[in-house]
Amino acid sequence: MLAIYKKEMRSYFINPVGYVFIGVFLALSAGLCCYTTLQSNTYSTASYYYWLILSMIIIIPLLTMRTFSEERKMRTEQMLMTAPISITGMVMGKYLAAMTIYGGSLLVSCINLIPLYIIGKEESALDPDGLTIKGPVTPEIIGSLLGVLLVGAVFIAIGILISSMTENQLSAAVVTIAVLAVMLILNILNNVGTEEAGTRLINNYAVRYVIDWISVVSRFTNLQYGILDWSAMLYYVSMTFIAIYLTVRVYERRRWA
Amino acid sequence: MIKISHLVKNYGNFTAVDDISFEVAKGEVLGFLGPNGAGKSTTMNMLTGYLSSTSGSIKIGGVDVLDDPLNAKRLIGYLPEQPPLYPDMTVEEYLSFAYDLKNCKLNKEKHLREICEVVKITDVYHRMLKNLSKGYKQRVGIAQALVGNPPVIIFDEPTIGLDPKQIIEIRNLIRTLGKEHTVILSTHILQEVQAVCDRIVIINKGKIVANELTENISRAVENTRRFNVKISGPQRDVLSLLRNLPGICYAEVLAARDGDAYTYMIESEVGIDIRKKLFWALADKKWPLIGLEALGMSIEDIFIAVVDKTAPEAQAKAKKKTRYEGVRAAEEKGIASDIVDKTVEEQKNVSFEEESTDSAYYEDHSIKEDTFASDDKKDE
Repeated sequence: MLAIYKKEMRSYFINPVGYVFIGVFLALSAGLCCYTTLQSNTYSTASYYYWLILSMIIIIPLLTMRTFSEERKMRTEQMLMTAPISITGMVMGKYLAAMTIYGGSLLVSCINLIPLYIIGKEESALDPDGLTIKGPVTPEIIGSLLGVLLVGAVFIAIGILISSMTENQLSAAVVTIAVLAVMLILNILNNVGTEEAGTRLINNYAVRYVIDWISVVSRFTNLQYGILDWSAMLYYVSMTFIAIYLTVRVYERRRWA
Repeated sequence: MIKISHLVKNYGNFTAVDDISFEVAKGEVLGFLGPNGAGKSTTMNMLTGYLSSTSGSIKIGGVDVLDDPLNAKRLIGYLPEQPPLYPDMTVEEYLSFAYDLKNCKLNKEKHLREICEVVKITDVYHRMLKNLSKGYKQRVGIAQALVGNPPVIIFDEPTIGLDPKQIIEIRNLIRTLGKEHTVILSTHILQEVQAVCDRIVIINKGKIVANELTENISRAVENTRRFNVKISGPQRDVLSLLRNLPGICYAEVLAARDGDAYTYMIESEVGIDIRKKLFWALADKKWPLIGLEALGMSIEDIFIAVVDKTAPEAQAKAKKKTRYEGVRAAEEKGIASDIVDKTVEEQKNVSFEEESTDSAYYEDHSIKEDTFASDDKKDE
């Protein structure tokens, strides 16, 4: 597993893919942070992180599209599959490498919040007796970061699963974008209208419940407000495990085909 | 070292490998031959654990490939048909990755250097794989298989894309490896098998049609009764002499003419060395014997005959040959059918019995430090 992890990390930085991902991620997050907090005159990071998750739809596939499809195309998977490592080890090595890049970028993107803290400090200094808290709420930020990390973990696992099913990087990327987009759009559709006004787009409770179950974003809300929602975290971890398990199965299945 | 019994692989309704069984002893070099689509690569992929078998078992050094894949794979070095290279890596990075992947315990620097010297890639050690020529890529692929010094090495067409000099080098390398390792080699090139392998397994349409020691085949091939003789003398008289000479059962004139000398093809009766008799008979008549060439059968002929025998539609075609070719073909078929019949018999007799593998499991596969046992290393 360690050998695969090291090789994947190296290949992210030999290819432009790693740099492109980090660059796009940082640029996007900086832009989003600017618009959702500074421009909107608010310290609340809720909409910043919500938009960050939406943008993941486009940039996570950059990270995952080549993981397995490339190996398959270059026939290098033959080397991995005949080496004394388990399939689970191989999948985990690749998954963890993608997670490292993603987590690292997310961590670096925290510099976007520095201006908020500085402004908050200045405002508090101007009005020392003020009752309202000036500046961003650190627990909210920590919760959101954790949430974004977990949502990203699910997305990466899904991306890797899709990459393992195709030989073509591009189709892996397109299908991943489609799947992730459907997950998010379902959530948006689910939340259209209100119960009281009777303007719900989807009225059937059962349908809404199922959609709620597969749409990853709905569970993000509690974390966003700094509440350590264990059930949500468990949900994300389980989703990740399911996707990784299915990836392993795809490989097992291919051996038996 | 390798024991395959009743191995079957189905792809849907298509049977790629149909109930094959053979064994490879430790330190043996086995040539795996067969026409395209015969099931060679499928068998090799199953041996290395890349594909699973539909039924049957494969044991590497007593370890079942399906029961304990990790330990079985640890014993194998594999070069697939298309070398599995990462184009963005340098040779050094790639081999170091292979080393990590196989979780080797040898001295890394020294081990990799040693392998590079053996396959002669030291001069491209720091170059990118995508910039290497086909021959170098192939050799890096071989190097990758040797990393970790596994006791079993499996090559799927190792000399493809190499120039003649490199082919000879690789053959020598395989021969060297064969001293300490068990090697399985698949190839189309028959001389290669003859030059390198101890034993030949021919597979056609998923079935083993021949499994024979190379020397036995060569002996069968050399034991020929047919000669091309070049004799200077009047053609008609010479021919009638040849036809009337006791011991010769067939003679004809071939087209080639050199001055007043003609070339004749003769065939002797079984169990007689006709050459001395022929010489004295010609000496009596004062017709100088200019050339004498034994018409040995090449291993190709055997291969084609064996494959033809197992493919009935090809037999009809063989009947249309000229008499000369007919004689040849008859002889090839004789040898081929001997081999095929024997193999069919053997395949039937492979039993399903399970040996106790406990002792074999702990067989000593420890990896020795002096990988390629060259002479200079012994001085150290």
